[in-house]
Order: sequence, then structure tokens, then C-alpha cells
Amino acid sequence: MTKLGAGVPDSIQGSVVRRGDLVFRRLAKGAGLAVLVVLAAIAGFLVWRSVPGLRANTANFLTSTAWFPDQSPSRFGIAAIAFGTVVTAALALLIAVPIGFGVALFIAFYAPPKLATALGFIVDLLAAVPSIIFGLWGLQVLMPHLGGLQRWLNDHLGFIPIFHNSLGIYTKSLFVAAVVLGVMVLPTVSAISREIFLKVPHSNVEAALALGATRWETMRMAVLPFSRPGMISAAMLGLGRALGETIAVALILSALNVVNWHVTEPGGNTFAANIALGWNEAGPIGLSALIASGLVLFVLTLVVNVVARSIIWRRAEFHEGL
Amino acid sequence: MAKRIDITNVSSYYGKFEAVSDVSLRIEPNAVTAFIGPSGCGKSTLLRTLNRMHEVVPGTSVTGEILLDGENIYDDTVDPVNVRRTIGMVFQRPNPFPTMSIYENVAAGIRLDARRMPKSELDGLVERSLQAANLWNEVKDRLKKPGASLSGGQQQRLCIARAIAVEPAVLLMDEPCSSLDPISTLAIEDLIDELKNNYTIVIVTHNMQQAARVSDTTAFFNLAGIGQPGRLIESAPTALIFSTPGQKATEDYISGRFG
Repeated sequence: MTKLGAGVPDSIQGSVVRRGDLVFRRLAKGAGLAVLVVLAAIAGFLVWRSVPGLRANTANFLTSTAWFPDQSPSRFGIAAIAFGTVVTAALALLIAVPIGFGVALFIAFYAPPKLATALGFIVDLLAAVPSIIFGLWGLQVLMPHLGGLQRWLNDHLGFIPIFHNSLGIYTKSLFVAAVVLGVMVLPTVSAISREIFLKVPHSNVEAALALGATRWETMRMAVLPFSRPGMISAAMLGLGRALGETIAVALILSALNVVNWHVTEPGGNTFAANIALGWNEAGPIGLSALIASGLVLFVLTLVVNVVARSIIWRRAEFHEGL
Repeated sequence: MAKRIDITNVSSYYGKFEAVSDVSLRIEPNAVTAFIGPSGCGKSTLLRTLNRMHEVVPGTSVTGEILLDGENIYDDTVDPVNVRRTIGMVFQRPNPFPTMSIYENVAAGIRLDARRMPKSELDGLVERSLQAANLWNEVKDRLKKPGASLSGGQQQRLCIARAIAVEPAVLLMDEPCSSLDPISTLAIEDLIDELKNNYTIVIVTHNMQQAARVSDTTAFFNLAGIGQPGRLIESAPTALIFSTPGQKATEDYISGRFG
């Protein structure tokens, strides 16, 4: 009998190891492990290299605002840079998240198709602009123009401590850095949340409309709940970028290690900017101190991500198979 | 309160393309009207025109007049949102809100109303709606579970419960059983029969046995060819359409010689 193609196997008995399956399985496993190995290697490196500095430190590493690791005795602490990092990142998110979601909702649901395509393209383009460009723009263009706004905040909202400015100087402040970070993070938040909004099943939008929901009610009923995990992810990725952003912040801040709640006054520093600015001049203990601060930033971003994940998973039952 | 729909010279367009042309038809209250016809004949488009869902798609337009108990739903002074609250809709594929529980799905439309409803009253309404949709006994112990955890047939009855919870005057059903198995289909057909006591029901179906089983009036739509607009060929009491159709095209279609 002539066979067409391979035909049926002679027997279904016996187990065969198929090479394609094996290679693929090992590659997939290896890739998964590689991520863990890299993460562990980074953590290990940070811990290992930060020990000498932490040993030499005579100040409290967590509560001191001083950063004089190479002096004798060595004194340094992360209070000021942690404060600057968290405040600028939080303010940046406060600016970027509402606007970013708004832009994304407009592109996904309100804009006419041609405008939506053009706008989406521009947002993607903005997300790809290198941070040094944002930094220069912030320094040269934004900072001079933010003086008026900060003065206005002081004059009219000065009773709120963070907007109070007793110096009358409005440059090189955490506020300026936060606005630049906000502008940087905005396209990231917007691009990701737009993708999320576009994934909302059309049938759910129609279901809401057919129930007599208005446009906004449709957003609240069908779009936002469905998109919530993705929106949180978008915000967290933005936060990650804001926490770790180096060059733009380093250009703008005056690298003064102080904890100052008056965010429109000059001064303040962040983990990343402190490392970038201090690295070249640091001695052995100084390098170790900077690595120790890097370890804290590493842990901080890890915690942010874990918290974000746990929010996403809290109602996992309602998102199975989505 | 079930309401009558009078369709006069209605045409629906996607851009320049006329999907359904010049339909005039009366849809009686407390009765089931079935739209049958081959794919692309515009019956679903006409259905979506009845509650102003057609215009949700960009570039669409409608001409003609649709009266709901004498009121033109396409009048400039009419808010489409109110039209859709009055004329409910069940879609081809079950589409419960995936992020909501069974309870929340049924309550979704009620919560749109500005007035706040006390919890006890809402509980009662959810229960009555689920009972009316013949789903209560199956879900009463797991109202907090996701709506998407139900089977396809249960999900579709959940969507019916959601649609009738707001007490619409008319219920539009766009091939509500096409993705369901025969037992679920039977459950929905029984339900349609009960629901017509309170609502005006319009159902689009590809299944002629279903039209024969559930409807009082059948409207047959056809199109002359690809790219041609769909037209209403004839509309008559269902018994008549299936025994002595007035048009040759109708007879060909229901006897399976076409489409």
C-alpha cells in the first residue's frame, strides 16, 4: 500500500523525546532562570560592595542628611536623598497620572480616528525622547517659566507648607524637577494605559451604552474597572522611571542634601542624581556609600512593584482569563 | 409598560453604504416580532436602529421615522441615552461585565439612575430580575461570584436579567441564542414567551424554527445581491408566513431553497 505523507505511526507505544520540544523547554526555562540570576547578582553586588562604606560610617545611614563619606570620620545618610526621590517621584506621578489617563481615554474613546492615530503616534514619540533632552529642556525652558507659577503658589497657597517659599528664589527646586519628571513620565503612562483601554472588549462598551449609560458612565462601568490592573501597572512603570531618573534631575537640582518640605525652594537631591554627580569624585568609601544608597533605591523600587502587584492580584478572580 | 413601535421609511447607513433601505413596519406591544433573513440583509442593523445603538459606530446615519408610542425617537429633542434606557437590548454573544459580580451585573443599569435605591429595595429588584430571567435558583447562593464564572447560557440569561432590571418598555434581542447549546436555547425561548406579557420583544434570528416557535409576527428581510441594501420583503403573523407566505422569496427562504 502506498502511503500519503508520513501516515499513521506504526505503533502508539513508547515514549519519544522530541528534540524541538526539548530545546524549546530548556530555552524557556533558561530565560526564566536568567532573569532571577541577574536580579540576584545585582542584589549581591550591591550588598557586597556597600559593606565597607556602611562599616566606616559614623552617622546614622537612614536618618542622617549629611553626605561626607570620604571625610574622616566618614559621615553619610540617605534621609535627604530619599526624601528628594520620593517627593519628586510622587509629585511627578500626581502630575502625570491624571493627564496621562486623560490623554489615553481621549485617544481611545473620544478622538475622531485620524486625530487619535496622530495623537497616539506623537505620544509614542514623546516616550522615546532621551532623558538628557528632557533635562536640558527643563533647565533652559521650563525652569525660567515655572518661576511665575511657583511664586503664584507661594502668594496664594503659601499657607500650605509645601508651597511656602521664604527665600523668594524659585529655581533648581524639587518642584521644577518634579514637573520635568512628570512631563517625562506622562508619555509612558499614557502610551501604556492607551493600549490597556484599547483592549476593553467592544461588547462591554456596547452593553453599557445599551443600558442607557452616558459616555462617562460607560467609562466608569465598563472601561475603568476592566482596565484597573493595567492602569496601576502604567502608573507603577511611570513611578519606576521617576524614581530612577538620573540625568534630567541631576541637571536641574542644585544637589543640596537637605530635607525641605518647601518644595519650591532650591535644594534637594535624589538617589540617582546623587550617585551620578558624586561617582567621579568619590574615594573608596565614597563609592561604597553610593552603592549602599543604590541598594536602598533598588529595594524601594522592588517594594513599589510588589505593592502594585498585590493591588492587581487582589481581585484576580474577576480578571481570570483576561 | 410595553410600547408600540412604528417604523416609517427607515434607512440605515454605514458611511455612504445603505445597509437597510426604506423599511416600514409596525411592531405591536406585548408580542414577539421576529426578524429573519439571510446574512447581510440588514436585520441586525435595523434592530440597532430601534434603540439608537446604530449611531454608536462612527460614520453611521439613519433617515426616516421611528415612533415609540407616537414619539419620534430620532427627534432632535430626544436624548439617545433615554431611548436606550427605555428600549433594552440583549446581544448575540453574552456580555456580562467581567469585573462585576452576578449581583452587580444585574444592578448595573439601576445604579445609572440618579436616585439612590436603598439596599433592601435593590436586593429585591435584583432577585425579581433574576427570577424573571429564570436564573435565580441557579445563582442565589453565589451572587458575589463573577458574572463571567457562569456558563454561556446562564451568562445570556444574566444579560437578560440586567436588561429587564431597569424595566424597559421594549426588549431587543440580537440572535440571543446563536452561541448557546440547545438546552440553553430552550430556556431562553421559554423565557421570551413569559417576557412578552410585560414587554414588546423584537428578536433577530437565523433559526427559522426559533422564529416559528417564539414569535407572533415575522418580518422577512432579503437583499438583491452583495453590496445591495437589505429590504423588508414582507411581514405577517408568524403562522401565516410559515404556512402561506405572500412572496416567492419568503417561501424559498423558509423552505431552505435559499440562503
